[in-house]
Amino acid sequence: MLKAIAAATAALVVASGAITSDAIAADKPDKVKVGITTFLSGPASVFGVPGRAAAEILAKDLNDRGGIGGVPVELFFTDEGAGGETLASEFRRLVQDEKVDVMMAAISSGNCLNLAPLAEDLEVINILWDCGTQRIFEEEDYKYNFRTQGNATPEMMAALLYLLQTKPDFSTIAVVNQDYAWGRDSWNLFSSALKALKPDVKVVAELFPRFGAPDYSAEISRLQALRPDVILSTSWGGDLETFVRQASQRGLTQSSTFVLPLAESSLQRLGGALPDGAIVGGRGDHYFLHPETKDTDKFKAFVAEFQDATGDYPIYPAFHMAQAFAALEGAYAKAIEANGGEWPDEDQVIEAMNGLSFTGLGREVTLREDHQGLEDQLIGTARTVGEYDFPIIDNMRIYAAEDIMPPVGTESVEWIGGLDQSFLDTKFDAYTYGD
Amino acid sequence: MNTQLLLLVLFDGIAYGALVFLVAVGLTLVFGVMRILNVAHGSFYALGAYAAVSLAAWLATRGMPGWLALPVYLVTAVVIGVVVGGLMERFLLRRIYDNEQALQLLVTFAIFMILENLQRVIWGVQPYFYSGPLQALGNVSVGGVTYTAYQTLFLPAIALCVLLGLRFFLRHTLAGSVIVAVTEDREAAMAVGINARRAFLVTFVIGATLAALGGALASPTTSVLPGIGPDMIVLSFAVAATAGLGQIEGAALAALLIGLGRSFAVFYAPEFEVVMPYLIMVLVLLVRPEGLFGRTAARKI
Repeated sequence: MLKAIAAATAALVVASGAITSDAIAADKPDKVKVGITTFLSGPASVFGVPGRAAAEILAKDLNDRGGIGGVPVELFFTDEGAGGETLASEFRRLVQDEKVDVMMAAISSGNCLNLAPLAEDLEVINILWDCGTQRIFEEEDYKYNFRTQGNATPEMMAALLYLLQTKPDFSTIAVVNQDYAWGRDSWNLFSSALKALKPDVKVVAELFPRFGAPDYSAEISRLQALRPDVILSTSWGGDLETFVRQASQRGLTQSSTFVLPLAESSLQRLGGALPDGAIVGGRGDHYFLHPETKDTDKFKAFVAEFQDATGDYPIYPAFHMAQAFAALEGAYAKAIEANGGEWPDEDQVIEAMNGLSFTGLGREVTLREDHQGLEDQLIGTARTVGEYDFPIIDNMRIYAAEDIMPPVGTESVEWIGGLDQSFLDTKFDAYTYGD
Repeated sequence: MNTQLLLLVLFDGIAYGALVFLVAVGLTLVFGVMRILNVAHGSFYALGAYAAVSLAAWLATRGMPGWLALPVYLVTAVVIGVVVGGLMERFLLRRIYDNEQALQLLVTFAIFMILENLQRVIWGVQPYFYSGPLQALGNVSVGGVTYTAYQTLFLPAIALCVLLGLRFFLRHTLAGSVIVAVTEDREAAMAVGINARRAFLVTFVIGATLAALGGALASPTTSVLPGIGPDMIVLSFAVAATAGLGQIEGAALAALLIGLGRSFAVFYAPEFEVVMPYLIMVLVLLVRPEGLFGRTAARKI
């Protein structure tokens, strides 16, 4: 009996070996269909619309170069602003009716948490192209889901490290975040790390105004009465801009250091309202003046095309999209090569995604074994210069992803609890404006 | 509680309440007179804000000083009120006055959706901002805290003018008396020769103009972006329900309560900020189900 099983197993192994080496090369399709969820309505469309513009540019560029292994890509966009239920059925429709080969979902962390299990059920490769929640791969093992960018933990750690390394002499801090998952979670990460690294700092106010609040007058009055040394806000879009503008009109930005980990995406609209000296990040090493890549042809061409299409400089969702596309292209190229030049099937593409390294428009990103991307973090200080009518980012530091996020298999909360003073010595590459 | 903090709370509450009142009073008026709950009211607010911000920012690039934006806001609001509000009343609402309330609600809801999308088509989804008038009016300092004169002095002054103006209009002018007559008893008013249709049109245009004016006046203080309309309509409903539908003085008091409640919450219990308007509404309605100033009307048979 045992022998029979062994023989059967051996036969199977031989057979499967034969399959991967040459046998069924999947037929080369006419198109690689890519479904993309992005915000085309609602407040988060400040990210979604630039994301779509980037995707269109990248797809056109890819197809001009001959597509993926000679096959052009075709994009299908769906609106995340339509709400969870609609989005899930739209996701299902794209996979089952349009038969997309790859999905790219999503911007919202809530949508990622909902759609990742759905992608597993539908057995479709899903690239989490922009959402931030660190929970995805810390709490779950996925086969079909990959994140081609960082997550909230390294993003918050970079902001905190930069603050502690460049302006360590503060004793009070206040937070003004949007009242929803991201606002709460990012503050949890930031404040628990702060408690571990600088326990004497006093948190004087924790304000969570309503998402989309049009007016922060009362918050600003309270902050002016409290005079905290540092004010953190992980808000974004119109909320961040309203808050910073109102704070700047009333002089609050003069008396406190603002730490704004997402402000890269609002620089161009905030203009002079953003005070020089504010700490500004862009969820990864994303910046249209990226000190290491801004002079490459690829980068310059993308920025020019993006400006043509939208009138603006690209912001981080556009760069996240570039990473998702680089991963897509890289994975197919690797899979085709591994398949002896033949068109790969889905499992072969998934195999290629594991451990894949790819370069969008910033530094190289590598997918870890838990499918989480290792994305370095750029953060710096806002400064007004002559060339632009909005502040640029100066005194930039780029932190390596490995140094500021928990290793595979460790949850962020646990890892942050174990941080000690040696974390403050984390290395970085420093750049100034004009480098 | 020290006096300085109390003062801060008061200033913030009044400034916010003033803006809320400007919008909510239009909704209250329209409901009081026409018995229509206009869901599209928030769209007038959004349209007013978008039109004001883009027009003022465009004129500013042509060298217009910041304070001149204020008359521009007024004109914009009136144009929107007359054109959009007038057309909506004349061609849509007029057909459904005799239908059930559920249908009326659905029609205004449909208009709200259409206007929301129209606004997206015209202005896109990126936030707009122009704060010329706010900067032109400068800041005032109270106990070490800086306020913008626009929010602490100008907006409450405008709100007060609107409140007194509406009172005067309804009680001491012929057109106002006609509207009051139609509100009290539409059939009797028509029987003595009052043109109820015109009264409705005038009321609706005034309501729409006030909403657009609220949006225009809010635009220097905030980012104008998709979603401001729906947000405002929810808040306006809370004010109108707290006030007692149709009560103008009630709307002023309710808006003030909600403004103060909100700023008290920010100072003393930030977690409650978001629910404050609704908490106040629930508390008031528990004690006075007809609202602060509402009257229990005798049912007509």
